[in-house]
Amino acid sequence: MNAAFAATARNALILFGFALAFTALMAITWGATRDTIRASAEAEKMKLIDEVLPPRAYDNALLSDWTGIGPEPALGLDAPSRVLRARRGGEPVALLLEAQANDGYGGPIRLLVAVGADGSVLGVRVTQHRETPGLGDYIDLHKDRNKAHPWIRRFEGRGLAQIPPERWRVKKDGGNFDYVAGATISARAVTGAVGRALAFASAHRDALFSAPGGARPAGGG
Amino acid sequence: MERTEIFEIARNGLWKQNPALTQLLGLCPTLAISTSVVNGASLGLATVLVMALASALTAALRNLIPYEIRIPVFILIIASLVTMVDLAFNAWFHSLYLVLGIFIPLIVVNCIVLARVEVFAAKNGVLSSAWDGITMGAGLVVVLALLGGLRELLGAGTLFGGIDMVFEGARPLHVLPEAYPGFLVAILPPGAFLLLGFLIAGRNWLEERAARRARGAAHEARPAAA
Repeated sequence: MNAAFAATARNALILFGFALAFTALMAITWGATRDTIRASAEAEKMKLIDEVLPPRAYDNALLSDWTGIGPEPALGLDAPSRVLRARRGGEPVALLLEAQANDGYGGPIRLLVAVGADGSVLGVRVTQHRETPGLGDYIDLHKDRNKAHPWIRRFEGRGLAQIPPERWRVKKDGGNFDYVAGATISARAVTGAVGRALAFASAHRDALFSAPGGARPAGGG
Repeated sequence: MERTEIFEIARNGLWKQNPALTQLLGLCPTLAISTSVVNGASLGLATVLVMALASALTAALRNLIPYEIRIPVFILIIASLVTMVDLAFNAWFHSLYLVLGIFIPLIVVNCIVLARVEVFAAKNGVLSSAWDGITMGAGLVVVLALLGGLRELLGAGTLFGGIDMVFEGARPLHVLPEAYPGFLVAILPPGAFLLLGFLIAGRNWLEERAARRARGAAHEARPAAA
């Protein structure tokens, strides 16, 4: 009994020692890599932003000119997010919003939407999705087999002035937007989410642009 | 390590005990990721790295690990290693991380790593264990690339799709005409099971043929010797 107890206690101590040693190793690695990882994450983010909004279009420090909004059902988000504000010479140029389509075929689809100050969509990119490879994943620019006219770029230049909110749907549902036959669900989800993000940005445009940096806009969100 | 040992370990990893075709271990990431050559080979290469490190480290620590608690310690070693490799790649090899990054966390759930640590590294020296990890991983790379190639070819009619993520400017091969409609089942998980089945059957056929020939040669050799 005592011998068994001693053996077990010894093993428990050894296991504890291993856990301690490897946790320390992981903590050291984390500490050594944290800053580099953060920098490359920002660079990644900037690269994605450059795809929806050309860097020439604005002259402010985009990543630090943001305003926080609470969980926003109109954007499909259940957590607070940031709206980035692009300006040129102090004048509003574009809002960059994160949006989420919760009715994707393989789960939620994350989007980055740039809405111009004139109320038109400047660009949309899918940042995260789990649509079926080879079928619904054409919503992702890099997976779209139509390189000349990728599907996700159909929103560019469109605004609520030309296309009323109820027409931001795929053609099958009586809207204005094409889809690939056999994979309607992915296109339907993205189109709806872009339309709702555009409507949100248009409705709260001034509040979002004028809100102090890092704060919730008055009246908006 | 002796020469014969080096060859024996390599033969085991690549053919005799091939992790994907014979041991059938780590099928979950194998089947989920092998949708193209590039994806399959990338997951395989990330696995090679982790297996080499995990086996070498376990072999180095093997005399400190009590038999009764070896499994939790092995899991601890593998999980910490994967976390550290993940962080290090993200920080210092970022362009490579963009390709392999999503695969690295998947390796934690790949039981082939644990299996080799338990079966081989816990009883052998550091160099032999690292070599075992590398060749077992290489066996996985070959099968994953082959499986990915078959699925990609049947599913989309291309090969090396996504290669531009690894080598900038490189273009995928359109093996079948542009009008090829694609065979979706090949890309979905059932296609992975079916094609893996064919690969295993092919390997077994080759093994059996070799065994038959060896028997035949033995039969012929006997009368001559008599």
